[in-house]
Amino acid sequence: MAEAKNRTVSPEARRPLSPHLQIYRPMLTMMMSIMHRITGMALYAGTLLLAWWLIAAATDARAFDTANSVLTSFLGRIVLLGFTWALFHHLMGGLRHFIWDTGRGMDHPEREYLAQATLIGGFVLTAVVWIIAYTVR
Amino acid sequence: MANDPDSMRTTVRQVRYLGSAKSGTHHVWHMRLTSFALVPLTIGFVWIILSLVGKDYNTVRTALGSPAIAIIMLLFLLASIYHMMLGMQTVIEDYIHTAPAKTWSLMGNTFFSICVGLACVYAVLRLSFT
Repeated sequence: MAEAKNRTVSPEARRPLSPHLQIYRPMLTMMMSIMHRITGMALYAGTLLLAWWLIAAATDARAFDTANSVLTSFLGRIVLLGFTWALFHHLMGGLRHFIWDTGRGMDHPEREYLAQATLIGGFVLTAVVWIIAYTVR
Repeated sequence: MANDPDSMRTTVRQVRYLGSAKSGTHHVWHMRLTSFALVPLTIGFVWIILSLVGKDYNTVRTALGSPAIAIIMLLFLLASIYHMMLGMQTVIEDYIHTAPAKTWSLMGNTFFSICVGLACVYAVLRLSFT
């Protein structure tokens, strides 16, 4: 018996392993799942920027101008562009999860469309917001 | 019964038929709840930030301190900070399995979220009341 033969091996080593990330070919649905988690963690760190900006606004004009000049510098704008995209990508991913929560959209063509919609939706909304930001400014 | 060292009963046997703790789905439900709230709140937040782009200090200060905007900001901040705390907890539980590192990470997540959340909320309230 296999079990008797493996007695000497630790219980952890005998535990069956489910196939994990590294054995699958990258797929869009998988990439969107990973991106959902990465954008979530990026937004987590990004709250520090929001906190800084709000505290600066609550402090005085000098602190606010310092925060503003950093955030609107070239590097600051790149970070904020990434922040905007992460926010919208994560929002789109959240909407996709709501559809899945109702039990819909899990079959083959639908889940691919949802993954594409997440990706495209995130980019489009980011572009729209930044175009508005540059035109109303 | 539960404390009797001579008891032959297993731990499971001692709690069986006492009913569930009714708290097992608390995490996933709060994740959905905050997600749902954050759909309109994120739109509101982005709208507020967009309306403040390029504005001078006094305009931003007055806007953030006005009741409607402050309330939307506070709701957005509270929902998103709680949402991100739950999310990071899931990430930690997925990747960190050993005792001291896991405990420290979970504590760090809670403390970080509460500190950032409190700082943001304090700032908005200060803008509203001064």
